[in-house]
Amino acid sequence: MPSQQSEPPDDRLARLRGPQPPQPYTARKITALTANPACARRAVLDAAGVDKALLAQQVGYEPRFGQSPFALAREQAFHGLVKWGGYAELIRLLREQLSVPVAEAHVTDLNEVGGNTALPVRERETRRLIAHVASGQDVRLILDRPVLALEVAGQTAYLEPDALTHRIEGKFHVVLIRSFAAIDGQANPTAVAEAAKQAAVYVLALRRAFDTAGLPIEQISHKFLLVCPKDFSNRPYGRLIDLRQELDALQFQLSRLRRAEDLAAGLPETATLDTTRSTDELSSSIEALDASYTPSCLSFCEMARYCRDEADGCASPARLGNGVRNDLPGIDSTRTALDYLDGVAAPGEAEVEAADLLRAAARLRRLRRGAA
Amino acid sequence: MSVLSTVAALTASRTGRAEPLTTVRHQHLDEKPFVLVPLTLAGETCAPLAALAGTDPEHPTLLTVRQPRNRAERFRFAERLAALLLAYIEGCRTETEPYTAGRGKEKEERLRFQRAPQLLLPNGEGIAYVRLLGRLTRLRATEGPYAVDPSVPALGKWLTWFAELAEFPNSGVLLAMTRLLAAHWATGQSPSEDSHLASLLAWIDPPEGSDGARVAREAEDPAVWPPAGPSTDPVFDRTLHELMTRYDEASDDRGREAVGRQIDRELSGQMLPTWRLMWRGVELLRDLPEGAHVPGRWALDRRWFSEYAEYLDADGRPQARRDQAVRAARRLARLEDAVARYEAERAYDDPLVMAEYELTGEAFTGTVTARDEDRFVPGDRPGSQVWRPTITLRTSTDTRVGLAVGTEVKSPARPGQGARILDIRQEDDGSHVVVLQLKGGFARKQKPPAPAGTLAETGEELTYTTLNPTAMPSALPDEENTPWTHGGPPQPYEPTDEDAEETWE
Repeated sequence: MPSQQSEPPDDRLARLRGPQPPQPYTARKITALTANPACARRAVLDAAGVDKALLAQQVGYEPRFGQSPFALAREQAFHGLVKWGGYAELIRLLREQLSVPVAEAHVTDLNEVGGNTALPVRERETRRLIAHVASGQDVRLILDRPVLALEVAGQTAYLEPDALTHRIEGKFHVVLIRSFAAIDGQANPTAVAEAAKQAAVYVLALRRAFDTAGLPIEQISHKFLLVCPKDFSNRPYGRLIDLRQELDALQFQLSRLRRAEDLAAGLPETATLDTTRSTDELSSSIEALDASYTPSCLSFCEMARYCRDEADGCASPARLGNGVRNDLPGIDSTRTALDYLDGVAAPGEAEVEAADLLRAAARLRRLRRGAA
Repeated sequence: MSVLSTVAALTASRTGRAEPLTTVRHQHLDEKPFVLVPLTLAGETCAPLAALAGTDPEHPTLLTVRQPRNRAERFRFAERLAALLLAYIEGCRTETEPYTAGRGKEKEERLRFQRAPQLLLPNGEGIAYVRLLGRLTRLRATEGPYAVDPSVPALGKWLTWFAELAEFPNSGVLLAMTRLLAAHWATGQSPSEDSHLASLLAWIDPPEGSDGARVAREAEDPAVWPPAGPSTDPVFDRTLHELMTRYDEASDDRGREAVGRQIDRELSGQMLPTWRLMWRGVELLRDLPEGAHVPGRWALDRRWFSEYAEYLDADGRPQARRDQAVRAARRLARLEDAVARYEAERAYDDPLVMAEYELTGEAFTGTVTARDEDRFVPGDRPGSQVWRPTITLRTSTDTRVGLAVGTEVKSPARPGQGARILDIRQEDDGSHVVVLQLKGGFARKQKPPAPAGTLAETGEELTYTTLNPTAMPSALPDEENTPWTHGGPPQPYEPTDEDAEETWE
């Protein structure tokens, strides 16, 4: 395995980022990338470790994300509660959900390794421990905050699941601790889906680690344990969630991701994403990377409002949502569509059907609006 | 999303102004709706933080929780909201009117209230909040270790009732303003952006001389237009966090009260813009004429309201934590029927909605070119003859008719008259000639001449469709007759001590 830390001096992505330290490649970024795999812009920015929030700000778009101090405090409190008293609550849930024997409570905290908190160090230690546990040389029930590595778009991403747990029917399980509530056994489906996508990233990374170490990946469960507060209380509640669908989808999406390096190589030599450079330089470099804006980007991407204005500028149908985009097959601009409606332009052969339907709809709208 | 709304969205994106999607209003809008603008504390599950509430646009009641981590304070909020909302609900229970329930043998006369409550929230998340707040409060015990005021579970039961009906498109007791507006207007932005009340209203009702598209973008700035809730703006939360810390650390009551008032002011400032937008939305919707089926749907709401009020008086047990399988299946069947009926009623009431079905070929419009008033066909009994007049319609040249010979159709112009397609021919110019056989709707007459107005005149323009708002709902056995294979009749929900004694940390 190549060295994790040093980047070769001619690394194009690192040169694009400039002297700033790279932003870590998180599970959240990977799921976002796979949510919009066609977006070369995001692929490169994430792979180069560019601070997207800062970049957006530099080109005039203050990102509208932020975490409330209340939410942060609550999340920390809940994590603390789950791990409090020697992981008592987590062990209780493992017993309830996975029938762990009472005697099992060996825990290793991987938040640091001998005082060292560097990700590559923790990743090596995690791999070493997993190999020992998987081959039966060692016993651990819980690995707290392990670090796993995954290659994404040609870059190494370090991932930190909340916990890994082992020896439940001889299998490793990923554990995710979230502070959204499960009310009467049902949590917000969107939040659960997002957690499952992230868990799938961890499971995939775990499989790679097993693969590299020559261990059988059958030891990895395709279910993960989701821990969240029960009802309106703070009491942890856990459920196993099947990940097979998410794993298939994720593998497919990752295989489709064009290597960010190849995308970066296509940029002009002068391109830069160094956030200390001028707005003009940054804008022209960003423009050189194709974005694939959809309205859902607004909920997770720091660059979304920049891309939205760009999409408005070129009248991209996707900016009006999937409904409109689906009704305009082959027509790549709403201005063109309006021209067909006005009869000032003639649709090409591939667009005739869609344009005819639009014209029929416009005619009916005119007729029936007056009829009332 | 239909191609018609796509055209509307395209047009709006060009003009910077929203385009109407309907010609009438499809929801009942009460003279005195109860508007609720709630805020919750970030990170917690349904921790009420504040609300503006009431029926008077000029005088909202401000409810705040100065320390939401304190359980007692949360339930004091629920008590104060209950005082307002339960009084409003009680105010609807004054005069009754008789109505006929059921058909045929099971027909009976019953009474329903002439009014029903109508609760308006800013957005879909607001409806989810009502559901959660209902769940939080309806199972609370009024005695014992975590006792709450009796008004709290009462509020919870009503909020749950509202939230359950909100899923039914034909009910108007709990509505989200963004959904209401987006159902009547198309903007030049995406549906997810339309869920932002200020930006949606900017498209529909831009300030004099300005461009809706631009104002909508400006409305996204939480510093100018605070979010319509119930989630708060994280930047605002920093201010609030600081104030709440000062509130907790105040050395005396006077100091604490001073900070408390400041918290109230800040929270009120976050909600007031949304409160005003809500009433602006009400005004805009009121300007639309009401669809013909709307009063009927509201009558059904009033009936549901009366039935639930009666149930609460007689029994009063709260809704279960989760629906039992049988109840859930019945509810799903009712929901499907409600959706189909609502869609059909909307199309009958609104030519612009019907146009969506014309475009897909499920409806067509034509002009009556001929009629055969004296037509008889052989009846079921040998030798009998039944009166079945026909009319012939000719559509315009570019109309699609996607219906087959033999299809049963109806016309919004004479909904009581059934029609069957006898023949469809396409003419050389692209128009269609459709021959329809008519049955019923002749004021009970069995033979010609047709009473005036019951048979279409030549030259009349008519729309026919397969949609039928009076279609019989699918039949499920009564709850009492649930077969043992399906668990037998469902048992009523009995609240348990566990329900009331959730841990509170």
